[in-house]
Amino acid sequence: MTNRYEILAARIDERFGEQMTRVASNCGELTFEVDKDDLHDIATALRNEAEFGFEMLMDVCGVDYLTYGSDEWTTSSATGTGFSRGVEREPVILDEADEFDPRRFAVVYHLLSLQHNFRLRLRTYTGTDNPPVIRSVTDIWNGANWFEREVFDLYGILFLGHPDLRRILTDYGFIGHPFRKDFPLSGNVEVIYDAEKGRVAYQPVSIEPRTLVPRVIRDDNRYSEDLKDRADG
Amino acid sequence: MAEIQSYTMNFGPQHPAAHGVLRLVLEMEGEVIQRADPHIGLLHRATEKLAESKPYNQTIGYMDRLDYVSMMCNEHAYVMAIEKMLGVEVPVRAQYIRVMFDEITRILNHLMWLGAHGLDIGAMTMFLYCFREREDLMDTYEAVSGTRMHATYYRPGGVYRDLPESMPMYQESKFRSKKEVNRLNASREGSLLDFIEAFTDKFPGCVDEYETLLTDNRIWKQRTVNIGVVTPERAMQLGFSGPMIRGSGVEWDLRKKQPYEVYDLVDFDIPVGVNGDCYDRYLVRIEELRQSNQIIKQCVDWLRANPGPVMVDDHKVVAPSRVEMKDDMESLIHHFKLFTEGYCIPEGEAYAAVEHPKGEFGIYLISDGANKPYRVKIRAPGFAHLSAMSEMVEGHMLADVVAVIGTQDIVFGEVDR
Repeated sequence: MTNRYEILAARIDERFGEQMTRVASNCGELTFEVDKDDLHDIATALRNEAEFGFEMLMDVCGVDYLTYGSDEWTTSSATGTGFSRGVEREPVILDEADEFDPRRFAVVYHLLSLQHNFRLRLRTYTGTDNPPVIRSVTDIWNGANWFEREVFDLYGILFLGHPDLRRILTDYGFIGHPFRKDFPLSGNVEVIYDAEKGRVAYQPVSIEPRTLVPRVIRDDNRYSEDLKDRADG
Repeated sequence: MAEIQSYTMNFGPQHPAAHGVLRLVLEMEGEVIQRADPHIGLLHRATEKLAESKPYNQTIGYMDRLDYVSMMCNEHAYVMAIEKMLGVEVPVRAQYIRVMFDEITRILNHLMWLGAHGLDIGAMTMFLYCFREREDLMDTYEAVSGTRMHATYYRPGGVYRDLPESMPMYQESKFRSKKEVNRLNASREGSLLDFIEAFTDKFPGCVDEYETLLTDNRIWKQRTVNIGVVTPERAMQLGFSGPMIRGSGVEWDLRKKQPYEVYDLVDFDIPVGVNGDCYDRYLVRIEELRQSNQIIKQCVDWLRANPGPVMVDDHKVVAPSRVEMKDDMESLIHHFKLFTEGYCIPEGEAYAAVEHPKGEFGIYLISDGANKPYRVKIRAPGFAHLSAMSEMVEGHMLADVVAVIGTQDIVFGEVDR
């Protein structure tokens, strides 16, 4: 299996060269990072050229790398009271920034080739634009339509050339993009019945966010490359 | 006579044939559909966002609630993604148990589909027949995990516990006579494996019953033949998987093509359709019932002959038993760490997909090395299928919408996530 993937990786390297950068994986999967300007051409080639033949797009996934690699556990200030003890919350970062960190938002594509039985993952960062914009792949794989709508809905990433870019999962009239890391888990508004107005109304959330289990990052030597036995001694 | 104008019709979200909460906005020309616009998200619970705020193991329970008619298959993809990143090898016995329960789940799902699909387009008896058999399978879930639906049985590193040696029995009450109770308990005298074996012996006969009612039924054929035809090219373009792509004649099944667990050691066939219409997809699923039954049989035989551990012996991932915990300091520490903090997964990403009864169910996991996932993406097969709804119903009559919803086997737990 892995050997076959090495052959595919070599083929991709030969065909696209600098355009696709391989990302190391520790579970035998093939991931490439591509520039957002090259994405459409590369995707077309991967689909149409017989040696790749990725005729199916299984998934499109948005990722927000804002808080990647940060933990919230600080033992020194633990108070011993309440559920959220010892948790230091990240300050809220507003979306009104003029530009984003170029590696904040990414769109990940999972491709599948039925004829060669290969899987491939492409990742594209959307750059500094606010709102983030990327070229749609719906014209290459029609199935991308709803997946891209979902990414737009949850992350606010716009897809150029998408035929029908509407919200899909959130409520009619929803404000914000809920899967961004600076969007609180409990949301911003809650729905109540307003007896005076005699109808359902929105108000700011009244529940306080709490952390049951803090996020911890532990350095685990078992997975360290330095400590693995090497063939060359 | 007044001229017929095109108009817009609202279907659902509360409609018995909408299989949950689907709102369809239909543009009609008389009784013919011009365009269908499904509005989804009425059951959106942000499972993926919730998962980001919890240690890995606490999300297994959410997986059951995605596609709530094929619970264990959802769990399977999730624990497989974790195992892939941790590099954990699952014991063979646990792999066989997983395969067996995946197939039990497939039968559960297909029976639900067959019953609901039949009910939608006028075959009421199907619903009663299918639920009769579902009851037995629910009992296997109950025996093994304690719950009839949301099992949380698969865990990273294996399954929660070994198969029980006895089955729960029915008891006599004023609602159940002694005779009735004896009949119900007849197959419950032995272990769970005996019970499952008894089920696999009678199940092919049940499938024959379903087929007698439907396969050559004139009304059934009128409602399904040439309805919602999808060509193989379009099926690939639209990201179909599972019975939807096999119904169109594409021979693709992850259990065969990218085998996981012990699917390469069991013997089964994958049925493929020809025309890509609702009737072919019906035939594919019916044959899958028979094939699943065959796989379960093989698993039962193997499991009987090969006792062994069902969980890896790695207490960095799996909690030690309570007995060990009571008199071993190391185990106590492991237990404490696992239940207060969980385990950390090395930085990286993985995509694990299983052949779910509905198609390819995938979990894409990104970890930054923490005890909670950085991002979980659930690739739900129903989502891709429902997006093709408009294309499948264009030019059909209003009543055929119901047949197409049925044939797509839509469950909103997974579509809306």
